[in-house]
This record gives sequence, structure tokens and C-alpha cells, in this order.
Amino acid sequence: MKPQDKQKYLEEYEFLKKKGKPFFPYAVMKDSVMALIVVAVIIAMSVILGAEQGPKADPTSTTYVPRPEWYFFFLFELLRVIKPPELVPIATIGIPTICMVLLLLLPFYDRGPERRPERRPIATTAGIITIIAMAYLTYLGATGGAPTEVEMQVSKKYEAGKEVVAGAGCLACHKLGENGNNGPGPELTHIASRIPRAAIIRSVEIGPGIMPSFRELPPQKIEQLADFLSSLD
Amino acid sequence: MPSFPKPKIPDAVVPPPLRKPGKPGSGGTPKGQAPADLKETPERKSAGDKMLEVGKEAPIDALGWVDQRLAASGFLTGMLFRKVPKGTNWFYTLGSATLFAFIVQATTGVFLAMFYTPSATQAYSSIAHINNEVPLGQLVHGMHKWGSSVMVILIFLHMGRTFFFGAYKYPRELNWVIGVVLLILTMTMAFTGYLLPFDQRSFWASIVGININGTGPVVGPYLSDFLRAGPELGATTLSRFYAIHMLLVPGAIIALIGAHMYLVVKLGTTAPPWVKAERPKVAAPVSQLDAGANGNGRVNGNRVNGAPVDGEGNGGSAL
Repeated sequence: MKPQDKQKYLEEYEFLKKKGKPFFPYAVMKDSVMALIVVAVIIAMSVILGAEQGPKADPTSTTYVPRPEWYFFFLFELLRVIKPPELVPIATIGIPTICMVLLLLLPFYDRGPERRPERRPIATTAGIITIIAMAYLTYLGATGGAPTEVEMQVSKKYEAGKEVVAGAGCLACHKLGENGNNGPGPELTHIASRIPRAAIIRSVEIGPGIMPSFRELPPQKIEQLADFLSSLD
Repeated sequence: MPSFPKPKIPDAVVPPPLRKPGKPGSGGTPKGQAPADLKETPERKSAGDKMLEVGKEAPIDALGWVDQRLAASGFLTGMLFRKVPKGTNWFYTLGSATLFAFIVQATTGVFLAMFYTPSATQAYSSIAHINNEVPLGQLVHGMHKWGSSVMVILIFLHMGRTFFFGAYKYPRELNWVIGVVLLILTMTMAFTGYLLPFDQRSFWASIVGININGTGPVVGPYLSDFLRAGPELGATTLSRFYAIHMLLVPGAIIALIGAHMYLVVKLGTTAPPWVKAERPKVAAPVSQLDAGANGNGRVNGNRVNGAPVDGEGNGGSAL
């Protein structure tokens, strides 16, 4: 913005302000109506949707699927879009950080004098694309199920391990045959062809990367789970 | 250090209190000549009347007393009666609506804090107590829970309005920066508050959230260690999240909201970008904002105020 543009804006603004109405009572009236609506909506949501408690936090039971609050879905879903393990830091930290820096510094790189959205095609398009992308990722997160069933046909000796996988919430982040979410974790359908049984156990116990540790599972269940997964090649 | 003699403050320097001038006939000391029919006034004055008078004046005197010491009345009337530009519409209520949602969060949060216990063994049962036994407990808990969603939605709408109206441009760049920091702090509130009910959902989501922070380059592992406050998510994590959620971030948010609103009052809210000023023929008055920097004196703007002149080919100019 050139100095004369700034000058022009200030003059124009001063003029518009002179022709405006006083903050009190005109703007205060609108703000108050809006405040009433906000409180009414919050109370209505509280009455209708309630604040029910889930089961108590239990490090030894891993049957619960980790889900963030809905407005973090778009961040969570980025992990499903970007799957290769070496790129995970880009999805978890890289992209959100870059977006935040871009957002924070917006007035310093978009310095043109134009303010009407239809005359700022780049800014307006970027804004709309961002909104659509966030809405789409939020939608994916909202509809992403939390399956607790594995429909795979396995021989009898792996049946117990299959139940552990289904009950421990693995499918929230891993795809297994026809079930489970494809990401953020790698697909498990042919896991045994990629890593040996010992590595599977180590992963379950340590929880590499963003994966939670499942070391609180009873050792016997971990053994059953490892038996089952290491049979999948 | 030279010592100064203690000066006696002359009466003329003391600002006059905000005293209402006494109405003729209602007592007090009438200025100028009293009408003939008021001659009897002094005789009617009993002790009770005097007390009544003092009582009537008391609130005004008290206001005057406070104002002499705060000198705030000028600022307050300036803020209340400042003009908002032409074309201001309902989109401009989103900021104050966000503030109001924050006030709801703060208020309900205080009441929840009266009954909540931030310990790994008792957190869950204290929430159950709030939900089931405290009068209106579930309502307040629900308002806090859903109020966070409402606040996040309002922030994004407010930010969208600011973005599409180009309201972050000169001279309001800094206020945009403060706003983005407020957005980040609100997300921090959402993240730390999510663990506090300490049910399965919040427990496992927080583990994943902390692990996500841990994947960051360089600082990631330190950040996740700091958040977890130990090898496993547990009692120490809960009290750490509680302190961040209750003390650290709310303090920062309140301070930054103050700065945000100060700048809003100081710089004024924008007009919608398509509202055009009819350009005056004479040079418009230079805004106070820039008067010093440009070295231009202030021109009396009243001339153009009453009879606006049509625009002069400024159609393509920047608003």
C-alpha cells in the first residue's frame, strides 16, 4: 500500500465514519440481540445435547477409539490423507504450522489497497478453497466410523487375536481387510509381509509415532494379537 | 534529590465534580436572582429536607468523586458515542458475539471449578457429581461443553468476515495478528479442556494429541514431554492441563481481548468494502491517525458533512 493509498483510505474512512451512527445505542442494540441469541443457542444445545460422561478413563482398557473434538477433525484427517510414515511430521506439525504462519502474517504479504472481495480474486479464491478443504476434512472426520468388528475369515487358532484387534480399537486408525479406517496408521491387511512378529509386539507396546502405547493390555492378549497379525501376509 | 516544598493545590485546579445544577425551587443555592415566588424557600428547609437533598446528590457526588480520580468519563463517553461507519451491518456483531461466548465460558467455568477436582482418581467422580447432584450442574456443564463449539464457530465466522471484507489491511494489521493469536489460544483451551472430564474418550484423544505434538521437528519431543508431565498420561498430566486451562491461557486470552478491543475502539471498525463515500470536492479532513505523520493540519470537516458532493470518478479507487 502506497502512502497516498493509505491517505486516501483514511480520508474515506473518516468520511464514512462521520456519516455513521453512534455506537450507543445502534451498534450496542445489534450486539445485545446477538448476545442473547448466542446464550439461547448455548443453553438450548446444553438442554438438548446434554453433557453425558463416557466410561471412566482406563489405561488398561483400550477399547475406546481416540476421537478429538469435532473442530479438530480437519487436523486429524490430514493424517489420513498423508500416510507414508516419513511424511507424518509434515501432516502433524508441518502443514498446520505453515498454515498458522501464513494466517498470522496475512496483512504483511497481502498489502494491496483493494478491499472488495470480488476485486481480490486470489485472496477470495484462496479463502473459499481453504473453507471447502476444512469443511471436507471435517466431514470425513465426522463420518469416519469407529468399527469394532473384523469380518475377516480366519482359522480357529487366530480367532482370539482377531477379537483383541477388534476390541482394542486398532481399526480406528488401521485398515484391516474390509474394515477399519485407512489411516492415520498403516494398513494391517498384509502386515506380516512387512514386519516380523517381534516388531509387531514392540509397536503395540511402545506406540511409535502418534500411536498410543497398548502396553497395559494383558500379556496374553498381546500374544494373541501378535499371533493373529503375524499370520497376515 | 532536591526536595520540593509541598505545594498547596489551588481550588481552581481541582476539577469540578459532576454536580447537577440545582433546579430553581428545589433548594440548593440558586444562581442569579431567584424569582419572587421562591422567596419562602429558605424557610421551608427543615433538617429532613436537607438530608433528602444530600441523599439525592449522593450518587452524583460519588460518581464525581470517582471520576476526579480515574478521569474515565471522557474515555467512556468517547467510546460509547463514537460513530460507527455507514453501512455497519449484522456481520459486525460476530466479534462481540465471540466475546460474549467467552464470557459464558468464563462464567460457567468458574462454577464448574467450584465442584471439579483435578486429580486422576477423583476427576471422573467429581464430574459425575456435577452432572447428577449439583443443582443445574448438568446444564452448566453442558453450556461449557457446547459453548466451546459455539465460540470456535463464532471465531471462524468473525475471521471470515474480517478476511473477505479486507478488514485486516492498513491500519488494522496488528489487530489481525492479535486475533490469530487469540484463535490459537482458544484451540489450546479446547485441547486442554478436553482431557478434564477424564473419561475414555478424552483420555485416549489426549494421548494421540500429545503424540501428535511429539512428532514435531526439534521441539516436538520436548513439547510432548512437557504436556504429558511424565512417562505416561496420568495424574500429573491432568493437573498440568488443568493449570494451563484454568490459569495460563485464560489470563493470556483476557489480556489479548483487552488489546484487541482497545485497537477496535482506537482505530474504529471498518465499513463494508462496497460502501462508498461520496467524495467531497474540498480536501477531506486528515484523520487524526495520520495527521502527524503527514504534516497536514486538520481541516474542519463540518463543511463536507452536511452536503456531500457526488463522487468524482473515483469508481476504481481503493476503498
